[in-house]
This record gives sequence, C-alpha cells and structure tokens, in this order.
Amino acid sequence: MKIVIERYLKESYSQTFDVPLNSPTLLEALNYIKENIDRSLTFSSGCRSSVCGSCSISVNGTPKLACAYKVQDSDTISPMRYFKVLKDLVVDHQNAQRTIIDSKSYSTPLELTPNVSQKQEKLNELQSDCILCGVCYSACPVYETNEEFLGPFALTRSWRYVSDPRDGAQKEKIDTIQNSGVWDCTLCGECSLVCPQGISSKDDIIKLRTKSTQAGYSDPSVTSFTSMF
Amino acid sequence: MYDVLIVGAGGAGLTAALSAAKSGAKVAIISKSYPTRAQTSMAQGGINAALANNGEDDTQSHADDTFKSANSLANRDFIDKLCNSAPDAIAWLDSIGVPFSRTADGKIAQRRLGGACAARAAYAQDFTGLKILHTLYDQVLKADIEIINEHYMLNIDVKDNIVQGISALDIRSTQIRTIRAKSVILATGGYSQLYHGYTTNSSGTTGDGIAAALRAGANLSNIEFMQFHPTALKNSKILISESARGAGGYLLNSKLERFTDELAARDKVARAILKEIDSGQEVWLDIRHLGEEYIEENLPQERKLAKLYEHIDPVNELIPIMPIAHYSMGGIEVDENGMSAVNGLFACGECSDHKVHGANRLGGNSLLELIVFGRESGKNAVTYSKRYKESIERTEQLDSDISLIDTIFNSVNKIDFYEKRTQLGKIFYKNAGLFRNENGLKIALESVKKIQEELNLMGIEDKSKNYNTNLVEFIEFTNLIELAQILLLGAIERKESRGAHYRDDYLEKNDAIFATPTISYKTNGELLFKEYL
Repeated sequence: MKIVIERYLKESYSQTFDVPLNSPTLLEALNYIKENIDRSLTFSSGCRSSVCGSCSISVNGTPKLACAYKVQDSDTISPMRYFKVLKDLVVDHQNAQRTIIDSKSYSTPLELTPNVSQKQEKLNELQSDCILCGVCYSACPVYETNEEFLGPFALTRSWRYVSDPRDGAQKEKIDTIQNSGVWDCTLCGECSLVCPQGISSKDDIIKLRTKSTQAGYSDPSVTSFTSMF
Repeated sequence: MYDVLIVGAGGAGLTAALSAAKSGAKVAIISKSYPTRAQTSMAQGGINAALANNGEDDTQSHADDTFKSANSLANRDFIDKLCNSAPDAIAWLDSIGVPFSRTADGKIAQRRLGGACAARAAYAQDFTGLKILHTLYDQVLKADIEIINEHYMLNIDVKDNIVQGISALDIRSTQIRTIRAKSVILATGGYSQLYHGYTTNSSGTTGDGIAAALRAGANLSNIEFMQFHPTALKNSKILISESARGAGGYLLNSKLERFTDELAARDKVARAILKEIDSGQEVWLDIRHLGEEYIEENLPQERKLAKLYEHIDPVNELIPIMPIAHYSMGGIEVDENGMSAVNGLFACGECSDHKVHGANRLGGNSLLELIVFGRESGKNAVTYSKRYKESIERTEQLDSDISLIDTIFNSVNKIDFYEKRTQLGKIFYKNAGLFRNENGLKIALESVKKIQEELNLMGIEDKSKNYNTNLVEFIEFTNLIELAQILLLGAIERKESRGAHYRDDYLEKNDAIFATPTISYKTNGELLFKEYL
C-alpha cells in the first residue's frame, strides 16, 4: 500500500512510502515507516487507544486520530490545519490550549460541594469525554478568518462547567464567552462530524447561546442588523 | 530558581503541583509531551475509597484488602495513610468538578473491582482516569502554574546528595537546559515498555524518572514486580477494564467453560488465563449477558475499543483477550514524606514505590495513590524547600549532558535499536513475564548484557536538531535497558513466588528470606543490591 506524506522541515515537501502491512491503522503504518524505512519521520503518539489525544493528524484533508483510522491505499497524510507545524506531522498545540484559559473553562469550586443528581451528571457526561486532540479545532472554518475564536473544544469545556451545579462562577464564564465566542460560531457542524469521542461542540454552543440569552446577551450580528432600521 | 519542580504531568504530577502551589511556592511542571497525554488518561475502572455508597464498607477493610494483596512487601502505616485519606481525596476531586457517575440518590457511584471485599471504586463511566486528569489540568491552568511542555529530563542535578535541579532536552530545538530548583518531584510513570509490544501502556512509559533517580543516587525498590492485566484485547493489546469483570463478566476458554474466579487478585487471574492460552485454548471475556443498556451506560469505552480495534461488538460477541504488562509496582524507594535517598528528590505516582502495592496492586488503588501521595509530596517538597540553602557552585551535569547528546549525534548506528527494542519486548514477555524461572531469566539477562555492550554501536539516523523523536526514543531505550538489568537480577535473586513474581522453579513463598523489598542502588556507577534481611 502506498501512502503519501506531506512533510515539513524548514520547507514543505511530499514523499510517498510503500507500507507492506495488511489493513494497519494509520499509526501502525507510521510506526512501520519510522522503524523500517525513514527514522526521521516525525509524528506524535501515545496510548494507541483513542484516549490520549496525541496522534491527531489530517487524512485527505480531514482531521482524525491516526490510531483510530484504517489507512487506505494512496491516502494523503498531512499535519492538522490551523496549527503551526513544528516538523513533519507534529504541530504546536500550545496556542490552541490557551483557549481553555481565555474562556475560563475550569471549575471554580463552591465553598460547600453540592450533591449532583444523576440527571445533572448526564448534562456533561459526554462533554467531559474530551481528549484535547484538537481535531475539532482543525476542522473549524471560523479559523480561516478569526484566529481569536475560542473554538469548539474550549466552548464544549465551558458548557461542561456551566452545566455543573458544583461550579461557582457560571455567570463569569458566560460573560467570558461573548467575544470571539458563542456568537462567532457559524453552526456549520464540522466539529461534530470529526470528533473521535462523538461530542458535538455545535450543540454545546447552541446551549451556551441559550444560557447567554437568559443572562441578557444577544447575538451581536442580529443587533447590528436591526439597528440599521 | 523554582521552589518545587515537578517532572511529569500526569495525575500525580498535576496533583503535586496544585498542592505545592497552594502555599504560594514557585512551582513549574515539565512534561515530555503535554499534560493530558499522560498514562493517567488510560485508567478506566475507578478510584478506591471506602465511601460505602453501595453497600457496607470502611477504611479498615480497604486497608486490609490492600495489605493482603501486597503479600508482605508493603508497609501497613503507608497503607493506612492511603486508605484513611481516600474519602477526603474523593471529596476534593468532587469539589473541583470531576464528573463521577452517580447513584439514583445523587451519591458518587461505586463498583467492585478484583481483590476488594466491597464495591469501593468510584468511577466516571469507564473514563475515570481521563476525567480526573482533565479536571486537574483545568485547575492547573486556572492556578496559572508554569508548564514547560515538550522537554525531556536527561538527568537530575545533584551535589553532595542534595538536589539542585535537573538538566532537560528541549525537544523542539535540541537545546539542553539546566532548570534549577530547591526540590524536585518525580512523577514520571512506570517502565512497562520493557515489554514493548506486550503492554497496555503508552509508548512513553519508559522509566525515565526511575533510571535518572538511580543515576542520581536514589534507591530503587521491587523493580522485578510487574503487574500483568488479565484482559487486554488479544490482537491490538489494548486494555479492557477490570470493571467488565466487576460487573459480572465471565472468562471462558475454547470449550466456552469458565475456568477461574474472575474477581480474584490480578496476578492469579492473569496466570490462570495464560495457562489456558499456553495449553492451546483461546480465552474470551464474555459480557453479553450484561445487556446493551448496561454496557452503554457503564462500559461505553470497552465497547468502543472492542469494536474499533478488535472488530467485534461485545454486546453480542465474545471478546478475545490475553494478559499483558500493565503496571510497574516497583519504583523509586521513598520515605514517609515521599522523599528518596537523595535530599530534596521526591517521587509520587507509578514511578515511586510508596510501599502500598507490594507484590500485587489492587485495581482502583493507583488513581488513589496519585491523588493522596501527589498532595503529600507537593506539601512536603514545599516544607523542604524552605530550609534549602542555595548552592552557588555550578555542577558539571550540564556539560556532561551536552557531551552525551553530542556523542549520540556522532553515533555510527550500525545496530538498529528499534529492532532490539522489539526483541527485548518479546523476550521479556516470554522469560520475565507471568511465569519465570532461573534458566529463562538468565537467557534474558544475557540478551540485555549484549545490548548494553553494543549500545555504542547504536544511535540515531535523524541528525536534525528540530523535534528529533528518533533521539528521544533512543534515550528512552537506554533508560529501559538500565532498568532491564535490575528487573532481571531482582527476579533471579528472588528465589520464591510472591504476588506478581511467580517462579515455576520456586513455587512457594519464602518469608524467612524474602518478605522484604528488593533494593538496588548505584555507587560510582556500579549497580549494587542490598542483602535481603
């Protein structure tokens, strides 16, 4: 099987590798190339079981986990979009992870921890499955025009804590995600299609919009539209 | 100069950082990748605490179960500390927002794991480690603790047996840096990659911190004790949580007969499975009778992994399994403060031997250990750093590590270390695995010695100074080789069977000689073992 890899070291170049494996995952194929053909091929990996979020990568333009994808003949593998490439398939995740801080998507514990009901726990069971692989970030077309966008995984994380009765700063979180946040999303749903954990950031953003409206905020694009009349 | 430098950013490292930063100390965390990529993310089953939310339980029973499983190689005081602190550890995790599964009346849900007399493991579906790790990470970001990502610790800088900091390789640039600190906490994980190809663990589980601690003058303890998880997927070697058996899953052989108590301690179940496999049987895990609704609710990750990596749906198919290396019980020997034999060098989590798991760790106790001893070592490192007298003298560590990296860059690479790593994994699984004997262990030791002799003929082909993973993997390999010898020598010397260490040439436990840990250390570069008492 032939695999095309878009590589990068000082400049971009493309290289084709022949991998004599039967139905490997993409990660197995990359490991094979590194151990047997070209030891300079550079990529990240860890658990190989879809839970550490290290091996996210772009396959024919769609971001995926290399460990969870059965590679096909003549697939083109490249580093994820909207991330700075460090070498070959390795990208810098630090800027993307800053969005967690920028959106204040962390717990602010209350003095006394309240009980969480089974129903309340279900509100963010799926959202807390996030593995921070960055796949949703790479699929988000908003980054084409707005680098400041808080983005899908940070907003899903925001929902996780906003929906948690143990959090003492829910209003502050809603306040924080108004600029370059919930209203900047186009609701295209690309993030939901690619998430390896089946999380829909789009749905979480819609829920956060409802919370924002309840807190007195409104969609700024609609406001400016009506003010024209 | 940091007050506390934490090496490793899994559950133990992040907890230690939060604990140290609480007192206002200057803290930094260094990680060879990113925090949420740590091995902790792979812990599935749960975290033990006698909360009695699902039937009767108390901390005494938790301690008794842990002590019994440890098989005389643990310290009862340390175990009491672990188990007594457990309810508070869970309360803390609850307060910072860990999304635990809940009972109908809003309590934290608990389930039974192997070797426990009660339903004691609190869980978050079967993503317990993942959810704890990410919640901790969010807290570390909130506390604005400095995280130095993509830096690989080469050595610990020590002068007159006092920690001065570490030297680290910046993976992005291949620059070598000294990071000065009054105290260092190692939270670098285990060494299961010795069983390369036969481990559930992440590719980065290469014993870096343990090997560095040994070179720095720390004692290591019980390195020969490697836990094998009974149920990894047969082909992909991916973990299927013990919670599947805790929920009532069966182990079946080719005749579709049950052959062992599924909830006995891990060492017993793993050996029973390998015996079946060695006699030509297939072994399956069967959870079909639990029903789709139960599996979706409580074991969603197990179903996903079986579908994705083994192409079977456990709701209506049998899961093919085999036991493989899973948890390093041995590690850096520490005292009641979590400090090693080197002043100011602390260790917590899997890289340490905190004298609680002994010869066999119970499921659900490792996540607990990360939290309890992570918090303790963070606090104790701060106390230590307050009485530290700053040394003005520069050590030679940086120069020595710069020359080490130069040597690797100039290496000839006549022998391929990737091939040796694969060979080593096979021979370790076969000869230093679930069943061991003197002959097999000595054959493995010969292979390791040969690799050591040939190390100067191995090296890297990628000579770029930019994000060189070929270089990092080579250094990881040299760390593994350092520990390989210790594991084998310990296993040869321990002429008995105890917990995870099972010798088919010495089937009985020998308390007269071996009811004590195996301690190894280095003096002037020479590897030595303490006499058994």
